[in-house]
Amino acid sequence: MTTLLEPDTESGTSAVTGAQLRRQAGAAIRVLLVLTVLLGVVYPAAIWGLSRLPGLHGNAEGSVMPSGGSSLIGIDPVPADPAADPWFHTRPSASAPDDPGSVPAPGLGPADATTSGGSNLGGDAEDLGAAVAERRAAIAAREGIDPAAVPPDALTASASGLDPHIGLEYAALQVPRVARVSGLGEDRVRALVADATDGRVLGVLGEPRVTVPELNAALVSALTPTAPGVGEECGCTMRR
Amino acid sequence: MAGVLQVLVLLVLLAAVWRPLGDWMARVHTDERDWRLELGIYRLVGVDPRSEQRASTYAVAILAFSFAGIVLLYLLQRLQTLLPWSFDRGTVEPGIAFNTAISFVTNTNWQSYVPETTLGHAVQMAGLTVQNFVSAAVGMAVAVALVRGFVRSRTDRLGNAWVDIVRGCTRVLLPIAGVAAVALVATGVVMSLRAGVDVVGPDGRPSTIALAPTASQESIKELGTNGGGIFNANSAHPFENPNPVSNLLETFLLLVIPVSLTRTFGRMVGSMRQGVSLLAVMAGLWGAMLAVIWTAEARTASFAGANLEGKETRFGIPASALWANATTGTSTGAVNSMHDSFSAFGGGGALVNMLFSEMTPGGVGTGLYSILVVAIVAVFLAGLMVGRTPEYLGKRLGRREVTCAVVVVLTMPALVLGGTGLAIALPSTRDAMTNSGPHGLSEVLYAYASAANNNGSAFAGLTVTSGFFQTTLGIAMLLGRFLPIVAVLALAGLLARRPRVEPRPGTLSTGTPLFSVLVAGTVVLVATITFLPALALSPLAEGLT
Repeated sequence: MTTLLEPDTESGTSAVTGAQLRRQAGAAIRVLLVLTVLLGVVYPAAIWGLSRLPGLHGNAEGSVMPSGGSSLIGIDPVPADPAADPWFHTRPSASAPDDPGSVPAPGLGPADATTSGGSNLGGDAEDLGAAVAERRAAIAAREGIDPAAVPPDALTASASGLDPHIGLEYAALQVPRVARVSGLGEDRVRALVADATDGRVLGVLGEPRVTVPELNAALVSALTPTAPGVGEECGCTMRR
Repeated sequence: MAGVLQVLVLLVLLAAVWRPLGDWMARVHTDERDWRLELGIYRLVGVDPRSEQRASTYAVAILAFSFAGIVLLYLLQRLQTLLPWSFDRGTVEPGIAFNTAISFVTNTNWQSYVPETTLGHAVQMAGLTVQNFVSAAVGMAVAVALVRGFVRSRTDRLGNAWVDIVRGCTRVLLPIAGVAAVALVATGVVMSLRAGVDVVGPDGRPSTIALAPTASQESIKELGTNGGGIFNANSAHPFENPNPVSNLLETFLLLVIPVSLTRTFGRMVGSMRQGVSLLAVMAGLWGAMLAVIWTAEARTASFAGANLEGKETRFGIPASALWANATTGTSTGAVNSMHDSFSAFGGGGALVNMLFSEMTPGGVGTGLYSILVVAIVAVFLAGLMVGRTPEYLGKRLGRREVTCAVVVVLTMPALVLGGTGLAIALPSTRDAMTNSGPHGLSEVLYAYASAANNNGSAFAGLTVTSGFFQTTLGIAMLLGRFLPIVAVLALAGLLARRPRVEPRPGTLSTGTPLFSVLVAGTVVLVATITFLPALALSPLAEGLT
């Protein structure tokens, strides 16, 4: 095989002397420290400074809504009385209690927003099958519907565990229960859902979705017109 | 349909910047003048920007810089309680600190820790963000040195590593990352120095949401094909990637430099056809793997009726499959969905992207030098078939050039198969898997493929906090990064010394569609003969049973 190759005419890489080594090592440390100041202090500080500008500041600090909660973070609300549940629910979360047999079902319930992540169960894992079955039964019972009608996003844990969005189908099937418990009327609730719905950006990017934290905040405002956004008091004003 | 248009939008954006960015990067690395900021840096560190280095010195500079980076990052983690914004996150334990220091310096960004509860903001900014920049700049520098090896003749000088690293940061990475970071804040990405914010839900229940200085790191994390998330859920976290617009921007950022470097290459060697022929290889394999992953995810009903486990509603299946393909085809490893929960063939497709040795289009710089090395192997194989001395870009390829190329090509498979074999032989590995059977093997194979290719994405169900995984994955990252770099620089040095030869009748014509097919065939052939047995036991067994 080597006969096909030209013989090498020149000697290989020249040896590195000790002095060269020391010089490069010294330069390495100095370059690293200077770039640490530029890229690790000046750059983030500049971006932080720019993020204080009006219009960016709210985003930079977590998109916290005046009514409490963040429009970007989905944490499943828990009703004081499970028999009278007035809230729209987010998707299951791997950071909520998700052991088999959890009540109401694995992954349904408030997520722990101080951390994030998915279940990492394989798409065909038996554990995933069991969790999906429990969630299907719990959601069907809560909404009073046929278990086969529960859509996929309601049955699966999101990647972040903090997904604030649900699909249009899952929002629609929660409307009758929310309308009944809140006393707002289905048309009113459907209008609130429509307000919290986003289509694909430019008709192309992403997926159509309903933002649950915004929707629940709008529900609270609709129910307490005199003091919009007082989250803690809404439990008692909810039933009219 | 909208999903297909989404891919087209991405491709149009990449096509639009390919020429200006590619040309700009070529100018950056051939410019005779220095910016004032750069002159200040050179004066401060005592480097003469006009002096040029031999391959050996260039390699020593790169290795010393990376080693210093590992030590500094290790110390920052171990001493984080002394730094501001460490909250009560405590000292990072030695195993995690060791693994993380190697991981970020090698541009892998494999994460064996939960960022939002382990690392404070000072370590994130002064430690991880810095390595996000400089590890990408190192990759670009090595690629440029190799291209200079082809361009120059009868010289032993490859350029100045310090100038290449500094310019990569000041002229390419920093300006783009800065603009992108502000754009990301505008889409809703957070940029906060607080530990978290207390909120009260509609049900009156208080919770704390973790915050971090995200935008400044998010932009360079994608642009530098790094991939280490400031939150555990990475780019699936709504604070890192809040909506479809931020998602498009981030997908664009993680592809833009590796793709545009093919133009830089074509410009520097003075023949755009050569660059385009490599771009065609990258694009062809990338498109084929996108079709595999997307089809697998869209067709899998799983238990719920659609495989949305580990995917975010705002992205759905199309944008998740697109990202998974982009992040494993580059060496990024950031995720906007959990690959462990993909279907057998969907997750297998992501795995195969890495087993192609990360060149579709690969990481910043690493993608270009990896595909150039495969092109050399392809020219050599073609030379064997017709029985003549191989030539590429006007350089004859001797025994030692081909040896260097083969070292690069074989390092990764040796690390992946050796590491996986060792891990599987240990009884404790079974307890570390979330899933059993073929999918469990996929988790282990994926981990070593991700480490040895410096990708950093994971089948995250595998618990990698044990000393065995921290150490062996750390070694795989180190060797997977630096063995090829040393071999590539040695190759560059050999090439630079050779005189240019004019193409003769019978010289294999490169820069043609036929050559693209030859290179792509070599990529697939090498991956197939090294990995088919392992893949047959993991994703293939899982998907076919």
